[in-house]
Amino acid sequence: MTTATSASSTVLQQSAVEKAWALLESLTDPEIPVVTLRELGILRDVRTAVAQDGTEQLEVVITPTYSGCPAMGQIEDDVHNLLQAHGLKGKVKTQLAPAWTTDWITPEAKEKLRAYGIAPPHSGADHDCQTQSGKANGSGASSIIQFAARSASNPGRHEQLAVPCPQCNSHNTTETSHFGSTACKALYRCLDCMEPFDYFKPY
Amino acid sequence: MSDAQATMNATLPVDYLLHLADNALVLGQRNAEWCGHGPILEEDIALSNNSLDLVGQARLLYQEAAAQMGNGATEDTLAFFRDVPDFKNYTLLELPHHSPLAATSASERDFATTLVRNFLYSALMVLVWDKLQHAPQEQLAAIAAKSLKEVRYHLRHSRDWLLRMGDGTAESHGRAQAAVNHLMPYTQEFWTSSDYETAAAKSTGLDMASLQNDWNQIVDQALAEATLKRPAAGGFVPTGKHSVHSEHLGFMLAEMQSLPRAHPNATW
Repeated sequence: MTTATSASSTVLQQSAVEKAWALLESLTDPEIPVVTLRELGILRDVRTAVAQDGTEQLEVVITPTYSGCPAMGQIEDDVHNLLQAHGLKGKVKTQLAPAWTTDWITPEAKEKLRAYGIAPPHSGADHDCQTQSGKANGSGASSIIQFAARSASNPGRHEQLAVPCPQCNSHNTTETSHFGSTACKALYRCLDCMEPFDYFKPY
Repeated sequence: MSDAQATMNATLPVDYLLHLADNALVLGQRNAEWCGHGPILEEDIALSNNSLDLVGQARLLYQEAAAQMGNGATEDTLAFFRDVPDFKNYTLLELPHHSPLAATSASERDFATTLVRNFLYSALMVLVWDKLQHAPQEQLAAIAAKSLKEVRYHLRHSRDWLLRMGDGTAESHGRAQAAVNHLMPYTQEFWTSSDYETAAAKSTGLDMASLQNDWNQIVDQALAEATLKRPAAGGFVPTGKHSVHSEHLGFMLAEMQSLPRAHPNATW
């Protein structure tokens, strides 16, 4: 291969990557159609990778939210179909580490969630996990026991932070269930306007 | 190759991955039995979500095991085409949702049994995943870090219910205590050793016995808050992880596996 062709193929790939990014911007979450996969932090990267046959192709990297999230299959299909429809060849790579966190959700997306009726997650989930795993090197249970005890007798971090109602913005809300309509949400109720609503759990 | 690299590449005994995967799948399948039958809508959803997490964890672990095994193994062949003598889950996780003396009909399902079991297992797994997220095997560490986030929610959910039931009415207290008495002896299996765990410990650094004190602390503290008594351990020590199971696993697998066995390679 001459330098000239390799350079032009790199340019081609470069534009393909840019084109793919632009196309993928239209892909929204199957469960929450007001936010894009990029805004949620599920779409991690678009790059070129060398395929088994030696050719360069696009690689779209996604990170699942919850292990069993049924939307992941749909998301993978959506990415495939979109690229194919626009004549781009590529594959989807699922990357587990670093684990997805709600801290990756962009501020714009959090605002969109609120407007859609879902209380957005408090930030700091990632920091909290890192602190806990850091501690865990010394004594595995200390952080975990603390976490569990807090949730029972003393309100823990999640309970302490008020979850404002996305309808009327009241902070006078209460948790109905830790688990909501999807794995990533909890059920809340506003004690002022009485509306039930979903809260995107910090994770 | 440096020693560090050698450790990084050390493969885990495939039986160890299967043990972790089978635990997640069997409890996930069990808890899914509540889908559409939960005592209240919120709990129906909670238990289904719990199952989704567990089945998701099982899939990741089976994929990892299948990659090691080769020979056409996939997550599906491992979940649906193995039988009772192949499964390596703790016996605790395959028991039906019934108190020990109840019939096993669906109408006799006991929510206290379900939640006490989830509590005992989640209390173990927060400790296990917490350690394994630092394992040198990249993929296992990634699965562990992910599962840890999920199991923290499971522990919180089941622990809250333990307190609510234990420190609740005479009826709920009685049921919670019966469930604790019934299930606690099965937890002895957490601390017995197996060849694959011993072999895995050499590279992951996770010695199960080292978790026992922490687990006891989590359990004792919750039981005390719930005004429940911890029964003395003793008696039969189950052997599920050695693939010798109770009579219940076969029925559960039959239900879970019947569709893919009747229609192999079916897709939708």
